Amino acid sequence: MQSTILIAVIMGLTLVGYLLGRSRAVAVAGGRLSHLHSIPSYHGFFVAIWAGLPAFLLLAVWSCFQDQLIASLAMAGLPDTVRQADAQSLTLIKTNILNIAHGIATGSEPEPSLREAAATYNQLQSLAGFCLLALGSALALAGIVHARRQISMDMRARNRVERMLSIGLVLCSLVAILTTVGIVLSLLFEAIQFFSRVPITDFLFGLHWNPQAAFSGDAAGSFGAVPLFTGTLLITVIAMLVAVPIGLMAAIYMSEYATPGARAVAKPVLEILAGIPTVVYGFFAALTMAPAMQVLGSGLGFDVSSQSAMAAGLVMGIMIIPFVSSLSDDVINAVPQALRDGSYGLGATKSETIREIVLPAALPGIVGAVMLAISRAIGETMIVAMAAGLSANLTANPFAAVTTVTVQIASTIRGDQEFDSPKTLSVFGLGLVLFVVTLILNVVALRVVQKYREKYD
Amino acid sequence: MTDMTGETILKRSTYRSGAFEARLRRRYRAERWFQRAGIGAIVFAGLMLVFLLGTITLNGFTAFWQSHFQVEVYFDPAAITPSGSLEQSALSAGDYQALVRAALLKQIPAASSRDGKRALMELVSSAATYSLRDMVMAEPALVGTSRPVSLLASDNTDQFLKGHIARTAREGERTLTDRQVGWIDELTAKGVLTRNFSLDVLTRANSRQPEQAGMWGALIGSLLTMLVTLALAVPVGVATAVYLEEFAPKNRWTDLIEVNINNLAAVPSIVFGLLGLAMFLNFFGMPRSSALIGGVVLALMTLPTIIIAARAALKSVPPSIREAALGIGASPLQVVIHHVLPLAAPGILTGTILGLARALGETAPLLLIGMVAFVVDVPGSLSAPSTVLPVQIFMWSDAPERGWIERTSAAIMLLLGFLIVMNTVAVFLRKKFERRW
Amino acid sequence: MRIDHSDWLPGGNGPPVKITARAVNVYYGAKQALNDIGLDIESNRVTALIGPSGCGKSTFLRCLNRMNDTIDICRIEGRIALDGEDIYDKVIDTVQLRARVGMVFQKPNPFPKSIFDNIAYGPRIHGLAQRGPEMDEIVQSSLERAGLWNEVKDRLKEPGTGLSGGQQQRLCIARAIAVSPEVILMDEPCSALDPIATAHIEELIDELRENYTIVIVTHNMQQAARVSQKTAFFHLGNMVEYNDTEEIFTNPRDERTQGYITGRFG
Ligand SMILES: Nc1ncnc2c1ncn2[C@@H]1O[C@H](COP(=O)(O)OP(=O)(O)O)[C@@H](O)[C@H]1O
Ligand SMILES: [Mg+2]
Repeated sequence: MQSTILIAVIMGLTLVGYLLGRSRAVAVAGGRLSHLHSIPSYHGFFVAIWAGLPAFLLLAVWSCFQDQLIASLAMAGLPDTVRQADAQSLTLIKTNILNIAHGIATGSEPEPSLREAAATYNQLQSLAGFCLLALGSALALAGIVHARRQISMDMRARNRVERMLSIGLVLCSLVAILTTVGIVLSLLFEAIQFFSRVPITDFLFGLHWNPQAAFSGDAAGSFGAVPLFTGTLLITVIAMLVAVPIGLMAAIYMSEYATPGARAVAKPVLEILAGIPTVVYGFFAALTMAPAMQVLGSGLGFDVSSQSAMAAGLVMGIMIIPFVSSLSDDVINAVPQALRDGSYGLGATKSETIREIVLPAALPGIVGAVMLAISRAIGETMIVAMAAGLSANLTANPFAAVTTVTVQIASTIRGDQEFDSPKTLSVFGLGLVLFVVTLILNVVALRVVQKYREKYD
Repeated sequence: MTDMTGETILKRSTYRSGAFEARLRRRYRAERWFQRAGIGAIVFAGLMLVFLLGTITLNGFTAFWQSHFQVEVYFDPAAITPSGSLEQSALSAGDYQALVRAALLKQIPAASSRDGKRALMELVSSAATYSLRDMVMAEPALVGTSRPVSLLASDNTDQFLKGHIARTAREGERTLTDRQVGWIDELTAKGVLTRNFSLDVLTRANSRQPEQAGMWGALIGSLLTMLVTLALAVPVGVATAVYLEEFAPKNRWTDLIEVNINNLAAVPSIVFGLLGLAMFLNFFGMPRSSALIGGVVLALMTLPTIIIAARAALKSVPPSIREAALGIGASPLQVVIHHVLPLAAPGILTGTILGLARALGETAPLLLIGMVAFVVDVPGSLSAPSTVLPVQIFMWSDAPERGWIERTSAAIMLLLGFLIVMNTVAVFLRKKFERRW
Repeated sequence: MRIDHSDWLPGGNGPPVKITARAVNVYYGAKQALNDIGLDIESNRVTALIGPSGCGKSTFLRCLNRMNDTIDICRIEGRIALDGEDIYDKVIDTVQLRARVGMVFQKPNPFPKSIFDNIAYGPRIHGLAQRGPEMDEIVQSSLERAGLWNEVKDRLKEPGTGLSGGQQQRLCIARAIAVSPEVILMDEPCSALDPIATAHIEELIDELRENYTIVIVTHNMQQAARVSQKTAFFHLGNMVEYNDTEEIFTNPRDERTQGYITGRFG
């Protein structure tokens, strides 16, 4: 709340700075505006930047540390007996205090000491908010004064503003890099902690996944991720068996056969399929496909659970159809018309031309597209979470319930874990594997597709 | 050469032979089958789409009809305020359940046994009690009077009336006893139990009871989250695109940024959740379950989409426009801000809308940063615990009661509605501003 | 269906006619590309189509094996007969027609397959031969007739796209020959080639005349003079003049033809 006010105040001061800077420039020029090095609005921007930027930076840095600092201050007020507790229960206590402070119902009536700490926390919060407000406004005002002083006839306001903007552009382009760095660092950092408790070989080659058992002591033996890998693989294979032929045939039809009218109908169908959120597919899978598979499976004499790899895989395949078809469509369209003409000129039919000339020519691109689709399937979470289940079965039976890497990540973590339990950390091991595998697939696929494009450009 | 001519003539005649014609017919048959396979693929996709949307709609639209008991309630002073005080605190402590019970017993006198009363009360939602309390607290003068009131029916009653609980099932196999079914029939015949159009599923906050649950909180949560995403991803994305497209030198560093963006676009969304968990929650201590952290995570996820779209839009602005502006003495930055960006704006906007649409439907990363917490309150600020529509859908779909299916489907209808509007706007923009220089 | 084309012919006693075109109009959408074209293409001769670019030479050539069918907006009026048979008749099958009237394109377009498979593709789809000695023989004789055999006989399994430009074009000619067509249409077959490769192909065309009727579009008047016996001059979608090549080049009747061959426009 306070930060909202502060943001409003800083924005207001920025605007004021702009107006002051502009009017100052006009005053300095004294009617000879053309003698100014830069037009007045640049002087306005110059002052505005000085007003807004430092204050916003302060706000950003401050809010990064405020909560943690205040939380530890509030914890410091707890009775000694409580503070002696081990790290794990301290985290729990902290969470409790925060919950009370934020007014989140915790079920039972909290202890008085905790309530007191929560009250301190809230007090400190409002105090800190007030300080920040005062400091931020002061900084903005100081910026205005400082910048306004510099305005003169031949100040190169435009160059300075443009310079700052250019720096801003470069900084923005760093965000994408920093995101990647952040992903890699957080995965690596936590995963290394995990692998220091569970040997990486046990993790990659172990056959039993049962993180629950980790609490009863046996940490190393319960984190064998092979069932998760096979589950992911099984579902991916089923999804690809659906998506690749259908997506490819759809792309072929759209690019080689469809009349404009047919295309006007088919294209939106695929686009809508592509736009449906995965959670909707997941619900659809759980609601209709899973029971259908149960009927089908028991008809075939299998014992099918209410959740099955088949249901999740089929629906995931449907979800990926538009992905495959749009990538393949691009790839097929990149095949030069001259090759088709050469084939037609020999008296080949359309399907002969497609099967014997266009598809082989497009093959590298299609392989790339399929790799991207596989990476998509591996990284998909919701459909599997809702339709394939949580049981880490090591099986190749498509009618069995299986689980995947992504589902284990999503179901273990709910945002409130202590970071030192191996169960929580295992998620980062899984995340690292997921990230590396999809990254390799993507890099290779993009390479392949790019090489292919170059060939025909 | 002469015998080659002979051979050639021999072969020429083959194009008129019956064997060739028969082969030709086979080839055309294969051609037709191939084409049918293509049509089949499209039709399959179309059928699946219809099936999916049909299932959702058929299951979801009943959520907009809710069962109520239309009964006369006597606001009995003895139950509401035994002390006789009309203070709010006294009123809020009253036994409103007794009022509900009395009103229903008037309709079904046969249920007066202890068991009977309990079974009868199972037909009403617990929300009925609260709504009576709210009525009295808002208008204390009601105490001692009678008034016709519409009381929300319980999920089981509602689902039975909607035909989702089979009448023919044997007693132990459905959630209602035969006696309760009899009462429902009796009350329906009397016109006491009715189904009315209701927007509660949209306007109410979340609840653990399906008949009381609405998606208003998730809607506001989604809105706040999208605001954060928009505020972060668009400026940063556009600035990155402008830098890469207009200013950056072509060197290894910019190549790296480019490769990085392409790969980031394909990182599974759940990995962004892990980033949010380790970085923003754990390291920076941002508020868990809040729209703020959700928005930040989704912004990072959406960033590559926006950058790629914005770069394409910038690329499509012809160089002649830049040259013309540079020629009249504008600085490179002025050229971009005054001339290039306005021309690229529709393309950037289209990409932004599509990126936001994807973010709006995203679930997995938000689970990891705690947006699955059960939140009853409508979030009042960016740092308050909140949830979003897709996560709400996920949570509702997980609950066992039959009533959740229609709630979930209704929430999906709403979500899809938003997405359709966003995509339509994007398509419209693209059509409208599609320009060929 | 047989068309009595005696009324189409100038006289009944000239050399045998392979293709007759009468009153051919071609439109791309609303734009007319060819205007009332009529000409007879004689058997076992090389007929050259010349004219400034955009005048409709390729369009006319593509009418002769109905390649224009693959362009949606293209519409054709008039009659074109192959051996007296209207090729735009409903009963005519384009697959069969294109097997009889082969085509070589401006830019060499070998398929991304091996040299062997490039040649074998046509005979295989038409069922002239399956894999085995029979196919080997077709491939060898086609490559020999295209004058490429000696250069590629040791690397038949290598991709056709790895050959030089001139070799690729001869591969495309061999590919066309392999299905034993009666007519070969060539659309500026040398425009992407260097002089030596061009000379090679010109020689080849001269040899092929013995067994095939050849129609060649060219930009290059010396080439037309060297390889063809008949020449048609196109201008802005009209056929201005059609005569023996020698006549056209030594004694053009129309001043537009004269202007073009003397290099005053084009
Ligand atoms: N596929 C096509 N679509 C539309 N117009 C075309 C197409 N192909 C050729 N044209 C037009 O038809 C005219 C004749 O073209 P073309 O036969 O290729 O000329 P030439 O081969 O003599 O250079 C040109 O004006 C050209 O623009
Ligand atoms: Mg041409």
